[in-house]
Amino acid sequence: MLSAELRERAHEIIGRYPGARSALLPLLHLVQVQDGHVSDEGIAECAQLLGLSKAEVAGVATFYTMLKREPMGRHLVSVCTNFSCKVRGGQEVFDRLSEHLGVGHDGTTGGGELTLEHAECLGNCEGAPVVTIDYYNYECTDPDRAVELVDGLMRGEAPPPPTRGYVPTGIRDAEYRLAGLGPRDPEAMGVAITHARASDGAVPPPASGPGAPRATLVPSLGDEDGPTGDEGGS
Amino acid sequence: MAEPLKVISKRWDVPDGHTLDGYLRTGGWVAGRAALDMDPDAILQMIKDSGLRGRGGAGFPMGVKWGFIPRDSDKPTYLVINADEGEPGTFKDREMMERDPHMLLESMVIGAWALKSNRGFIFIRGEYLWPGVRLEEAIAEAYANGYLGKDILGSGYDFDVTLHYAAGAYICGEETALLDALEGRRGQPRLRPPFPAVAGLYACPTALNNVETVCNLGFIVEHGVDWYRSMGTEKSSGPKLFSVSGEVVRPGNYEWPLGTTARQILEESAGGMLPGRRLKFWAPGGSSTPLLTADHVDTPMDFESISAAGSLLGTTAMCMFSDKTSVVDACLNWTRFYEHESCGKCTPCREGTFWMAQILERILDGRGRSADLDILEQICDQVLGRSFCALGDGATSPIFGALKYFRDEFEHLIEHGRLPDDIEGHAGPVGDNSGRLRPAASGRPA
Ligand SMILES: Cc1cc2nc3c(=O)[nH]c(=O)nc-3n(C[C@H](O)[C@H](O)[C@H](O)COP(=O)(O)O)c2cc1C
Ligand code: SF4
Repeated sequence: MLSAELRERAHEIIGRYPGARSALLPLLHLVQVQDGHVSDEGIAECAQLLGLSKAEVAGVATFYTMLKREPMGRHLVSVCTNFSCKVRGGQEVFDRLSEHLGVGHDGTTGGGELTLEHAECLGNCEGAPVVTIDYYNYECTDPDRAVELVDGLMRGEAPPPPTRGYVPTGIRDAEYRLAGLGPRDPEAMGVAITHARASDGAVPPPASGPGAPRATLVPSLGDEDGPTGDEGGS
Repeated sequence: MAEPLKVISKRWDVPDGHTLDGYLRTGGWVAGRAALDMDPDAILQMIKDSGLRGRGGAGFPMGVKWGFIPRDSDKPTYLVINADEGEPGTFKDREMMERDPHMLLESMVIGAWALKSNRGFIFIRGEYLWPGVRLEEAIAEAYANGYLGKDILGSGYDFDVTLHYAAGAYICGEETALLDALEGRRGQPRLRPPFPAVAGLYACPTALNNVETVCNLGFIVEHGVDWYRSMGTEKSSGPKLFSVSGEVVRPGNYEWPLGTTARQILEESAGGMLPGRRLKFWAPGGSSTPLLTADHVDTPMDFESISAAGSLLGTTAMCMFSDKTSVVDACLNWTRFYEHESCGKCTPCREGTFWMAQILERILDGRGRSADLDILEQICDQVLGRSFCALGDGATSPIFGALKYFRDEFEHLIEHGRLPDDIEGHAGPVGDNSGRLRPAASGRPA
């Protein structure tokens, strides 16, 4: 059952839409705030709030990837393994995390610290490979750094700042946002980070290797005799 | 030669460009104010004349689409923004909403005024929490300062916006599936007609557009049709964001006029392919657009030219992959995506994507059979054009392209049970974030 406070929020959400049923996805996010997944009680409550049958609500709840059938841990760690991330090592990141944590896709660690999942394209391919914690992005990661990240979560520490977003405070807080309710605890939001523009004070690009700017146009497209490799950084 | 632009991306280097202050200081709401003084029909005519085409993938002329919306309906008209951005390789709308959320809000007001709509929705994919947060903050600021809500800027015109987070389903980007999702149903496509323009959200007239499409409106209103058409080509006008990803030096969003060659964007903006890697195959507009090869890299990135080259412009998400990468692996990766995202409504797509994945998996595993390529092609034939929506068609795109240009790689796998030796595997992470600094854009400022 939703708490009295969340129930009040639920009515507030329903009031925003010309048709009450439009509130169903937000309400299912709200159920995840309370239960960490879409529980049977949550389904019944949404049905009751919107005048739908439980089957109708369950049909919707089972359609969407972000609505979970099993309780999530305190944090949700998603690793993009779609191809633009995969060619940058996204699959290795997921495999390492899975091995390190001893859980597979959609698995939750024994103490309920976190749930691991591999995700489809998260729309952040310029920062491949991408890991998100509670849907805030950590870009340009690698297996070692990802392990460091989850080790911190396993110890119950607050994660370091993401490259895009606020410091994640738990999947339930994220679900509160996703229900359309804004920050659950405005005091605890931390500093917003969005990287990767000169104006954001990002560090200058390295002089060579990946990420280095090219002084001239280097046609590295297919000509065997075109400049490649070592000249890339000049 | 084309030059890079700073139109849609004009505020991306402004540190506070996402706040109302930063927005107003850099020319924000000049177009919105002007539009609210204009006759709605005049705005619609400008949109038509501008030649603006949809940026969400299909490239449908926006003016024509909005022309289908009845002007005398006694039902409300809705403006729905498609911010579902799930097409693999596409990340332009995300950056627009993160860095310049007020541009979307102002553009929505302009569009809604032209349509005489008083209610808008932004349907954003749930994974986009950070751009969503930026929009939430912008919406709150806009309401507090009279840019949204009642009597906008003293014009007497009211417009409300609701940000609606979805819950993770690529198919919800398809416009009619989006409407079902927004009505609280499973996001499955609807039979058309009726088209959303006539019977969309709650069966009311609905304008449904991509984030980037709508964000062109302010520029058209403020700077005029001639200025707008000075960018791009006759049939593909205007500025465009290109999301470049994969094995390139600087993956990122880059703004160029439509019709710029893929080579120029790749080399000048993205820094070319990674050292030691040569371009082998690429998708010009996300994974749902047929693969092209290095031979096509001089093709202008506009709707006609890319179609003539045998692919589709799609979302202009250029996914670039090298000779060290297996195209069969790419096909399997993307096919699994379509299998996972197929909504299950129609048989060709639901069953076809499953079998396509099975066959690709065994080929890549070294268990392929000689008949497999024919079977794969047959299945794709049965899915393409026979699916209920374009997701099924898109699922066949990587495979058709790969079989057309790289059949030998499939055959090698089937014959030898392993990939050719020159395929080494992944390139490693982008490096650090600084790899994505934008080159100093000499672009024409808006
Ligand atoms: C499977 C599928 C997914 C789509 N995803 C998106 C999307 O995420 N964003 C988008 O704007 N359009 C998407 N589209 C295209 C929409 O159906 C629609 O054409 C578009 O939103 C119209 O806006 P536009 O005319 O401004 O491009 C998708 C289409 C299909 C078939
Ligand atoms: S083509 Fe696929 S996604 Fe589209 S309606 Fe059919 S099953 Fe659903």
